[in-house]
Amino acid sequence: MNLSAKITGFCAAAVLALGLSIPAMAADTIKIGVAGAHSGDLASYGLPTVKAAELVAADINGAGGINGKKVELLVEDDVCKPEVATNTATKLVSEGVNVVIGHICSGATKAALPIYRDANVIVMSPSATNPALTQSGEYPNFYRTIASDDAQARTEVDFAINKLGAGKIAVIHDKGDYGKGLAEFAKKFIDESGKAKVVLFEGITPGAVDYSAIVQKIKRSGADAVIFGGYHPEASKIVTQMRKKRMKTVFISDDGVKDDTFIKVAGKYAEGVYATGPADVTANPVTREYREKYKKAYGDEPGAFFDNAVAAALALTNAIAKAGSTDPAAIAKVLHTEDVATPFGMIHFDERGDATGVGFTMYVVKDGKYEQVQ
Amino acid sequence: MLTLKDLGKACLIALWFVVLTFPLMVIKVNPIDRIITWRWHNMLWVGLGSFLCYLAGRIWLARRDVRLRRIRQGLAEEKPPLSRRILQNPAIWRPLLAAGVLFFLAFPALFSTYQTNIMITALMYVVLGLGLNIVVGVAGLLDLGYVAFYAVGAYAYALLNLHFGLGFWTVLPIGGLLAATFGILLGFPVLRLRGDYLAIVTLGFGEIIRLILENWNEFSHGPSGISNIPRPGLFGIQMSLDQSITYLYYLMIGMVTFTIFVVNRLQNSRIGRAWFALREDEIACQAMGIDKTRTKLTAFALGATWAGMVGVIFAAKTTFVNPASFTFLESAIILCIVVLGGMGSIVGVIIAALVLILLPEYLRAFSEYRMLVFGAVLVVMMVFRPQGIVANIRKTYQVEEK
Amino acid sequence: MDYFVELFFSGLTRGSIYALIALGYTMVYGIIGLINFAHGEIYMIGAFTALIVSTVLSIMGFPLPAIIILTALAAAIWASAYGYTVEKLAYRPLRNAPRLSPLISAIGMSMFLQNYVLLAQTPDFLPFPALIPDFAFMERFAGVIGSSDLVILITTTVIMILLTLLIKFTRTGKAMRATAQDRTMAMLVGINVDHVISVTFILGSALAAIGGMLIASHIGQINFYIGFIAGIKAFTAAVLGGIGSIPGAVLGSFILGLTESFATGYVSSDYEDVFAFSLLVLILIFRPSGLLGKATIEKV
Repeated sequence: MNLSAKITGFCAAAVLALGLSIPAMAADTIKIGVAGAHSGDLASYGLPTVKAAELVAADINGAGGINGKKVELLVEDDVCKPEVATNTATKLVSEGVNVVIGHICSGATKAALPIYRDANVIVMSPSATNPALTQSGEYPNFYRTIASDDAQARTEVDFAINKLGAGKIAVIHDKGDYGKGLAEFAKKFIDESGKAKVVLFEGITPGAVDYSAIVQKIKRSGADAVIFGGYHPEASKIVTQMRKKRMKTVFISDDGVKDDTFIKVAGKYAEGVYATGPADVTANPVTREYREKYKKAYGDEPGAFFDNAVAAALALTNAIAKAGSTDPAAIAKVLHTEDVATPFGMIHFDERGDATGVGFTMYVVKDGKYEQVQ
Repeated sequence: MLTLKDLGKACLIALWFVVLTFPLMVIKVNPIDRIITWRWHNMLWVGLGSFLCYLAGRIWLARRDVRLRRIRQGLAEEKPPLSRRILQNPAIWRPLLAAGVLFFLAFPALFSTYQTNIMITALMYVVLGLGLNIVVGVAGLLDLGYVAFYAVGAYAYALLNLHFGLGFWTVLPIGGLLAATFGILLGFPVLRLRGDYLAIVTLGFGEIIRLILENWNEFSHGPSGISNIPRPGLFGIQMSLDQSITYLYYLMIGMVTFTIFVVNRLQNSRIGRAWFALREDEIACQAMGIDKTRTKLTAFALGATWAGMVGVIFAAKTTFVNPASFTFLESAIILCIVVLGGMGSIVGVIIAALVLILLPEYLRAFSEYRMLVFGAVLVVMMVFRPQGIVANIRKTYQVEEK
Repeated sequence: MDYFVELFFSGLTRGSIYALIALGYTMVYGIIGLINFAHGEIYMIGAFTALIVSTVLSIMGFPLPAIIILTALAAAIWASAYGYTVEKLAYRPLRNAPRLSPLISAIGMSMFLQNYVLLAQTPDFLPFPALIPDFAFMERFAGVIGSSDLVILITTTVIMILLTLLIKFTRTGKAMRATAQDRTMAMLVGINVDHVISVTFILGSALAAIGGMLIASHIGQINFYIGFIAGIKAFTAAVLGGIGSIPGAVLGSFILGLTESFATGYVSSDYEDVFAFSLLVLILIFRPSGLLGKATIEKV
């Protein structure tokens, strides 16, 4: 093979490879996009949603589909990165999705939403908690089946002030989108309450080798309670160092910390730590049904946001069925007005797109387990 | 070609790697539940893998030795590398270039919007690579914080648009200028530093910019970023998503062409020669009467300008910016593009950018192994082909004797 | 005043953590003038090996002192093996290449090792058992300095003194210094340069592994990414003190640790890293070779 033949061959192969990756237009189905982190270090947050959508779709298709049309899932990875999420969204839109379940992370969702909005596609996230997504009013096409961060911050602050009677509160965050947003709401609510004072408001550097300086600062501030916005790796380091320095300050944190890994890592120091999390819904029949199905299909317990994802999938498919079409306006109308049975009970969506009746409760670590605070 | 000795050595090497990777590959512990999982099969893979790798390397080296010996003995002719053969033969590179141009021009018509979108990203990295190439490849100043200028451009558009409603076309040059200013700001303190000190200071500079964007809420809206940034406009015409992506694509093609043109002219200009001289030998360069300060500062400023402009385009493309997009890893990827392409070589940088950005997109199935392969490729490239994919051909002059 | 003392000790702890890693950077740099970006990863691998070995040993029912000694040994041996292999594969072939080549190779190696551990083990954080017990006599000072802080501080000091002695007085140390000064000349006087460089990598990696074990036990958790973050800071510290100088690395680490601690305590932890890097830039402007580094005059 001479040189030019080699090059021609290479070009042909390249064109072929690119051409093959163009999706074939499918037959008449209802296309539901599922977007979120499916690989990378945050994959464990995104994969349960895919499984939930698959289970719901299998049920519906088993029963003959929606109005005679089968449900087709288009699963796309965004690795939780805003710049990738716009690619993902573009891909889903260009493939002609009717509705989208996702995205998982707030930042990625925020980046992807304008694309869906311009294409008039309804998006429902099981996990994006950033308040501005619904409250800013910029994204009328956005819905979610999880309460927003301000609701979480509200629960934390109310608990600290009313239940624990804390007068001085230190608010710490991990400088991330989620943690810092939550911390800012907590600060706002504490200031508004007039009953307590924020004695310290600071961000820490995730992954730093040592947090003793900030722990000393908390100690000096004389805070009765610490509210931490962020995830469990930093939370367990701070709690451990606080307890090692014999500080008994109450530690209150968020859903990112209400994870069994936190208890495992922090060990005995985790005892007595408070964290907010979605209300316990294990008694709900829909929850039980889908958790059973998951266990049967995959053999282990469902992961993060599984219930929320089931709720999103049920709400969307129900709305499409009731509306009798995939017209976004018709779907939106059903979402706002009609209740649907989900793992969180009967829910519908308020005018901003937040699901009603989905809230947070407080948990405490007791004997190495999270227990709901009565 | 393989002797028994080679086989024996391969066995020894395989054994070494089996022992080396034993704790991490074979044992997996769960310290809480105190469970140990033994994964003996991994041992086999490691052993077999390193055995075969060694043999393959051995064969490759042996063949190269044979060829070199034949060349030395005059039995074979030394063949110039493939890239040079292509570049030096107009009969080959002209049709190739034409095909390339046609392919890129027709791209949005041939492929879906999604593919076009990815290609835009790749083209952005082409420009970033060419920009950093000025600083690292041509002037030889190792900059590990290049992403800071990219961030400056992106935030310039986001903020100027948010507060003053300035449009894309107005901000594009402003972003470039701002980045250039930052380039000079960084350039001044580090003028006296060299090599590795320069590397760490530029790395620190990049981190400082990111941290300020992360922490200074009033200025940059903190980690939650700025959303709803408008896409570039075209005389106020309303465009659908597909159209605006196609438009952005051609805009980026224009940008790449412009960059290639300018960078090419720069390299052959007076200042370009000064950069090369600076890279080769600072002292000799000064002795020749080149103003070191000015030369270094222009390198920083001109390199940063491109990052600033691409930053503006990035903000317009994703319509969202937050500090998480501007981490050290980004700088490392751009640096890899420059190095892999062949420092100072424009064609090489373009190819490297396309390969490094497009391949991972299409190899999503192997996404878990993506970064692993990425790292390995860097090492292998450096060891076996340090001059990059396309080695830079320096201009040579011949004086004909009368 | 108490607050000042507390912050001071926080800074010292942080500084000694950086120092344990920075020593390896500075040794390698001193000998072959290479920023060994993969050094942070060797530290991480040391910590992982320590976790695996200590868990296995404790399940097998060994007593704590035996676990500590065996774990430290295993971590040091394996990390040295990794260091040696990395040098041989990724740096040795590039000994005479342009300056940037080994640096890129090092960045590649760092990415490779990070993802190797990620794939071979887990992306999640793993709890690390507290190998250093809480000493009874330290109880009084618990609010200021913990037992593990103290152990790290003492280890760092001892290692620094030993290293200085090794380099000043032993045969290997002399060979190292000769290689650092002029590699070609060292070869001419009969020093096996390859051997000296290997020894340097082995020593540096063993130190990193011991550091990894102590620091992981102090923090209580590890994942594949700890090496990168700690590595960048330790490297900054080494440059601050004048890279290539052993006392410089320790001094730079303490200055960096104290700066971060006081910046957090008296200003705000939001800008902790900004302070650290600004300090670096400032010092380098006035002393371009770091605090204790020798200014190199280039001869033509």
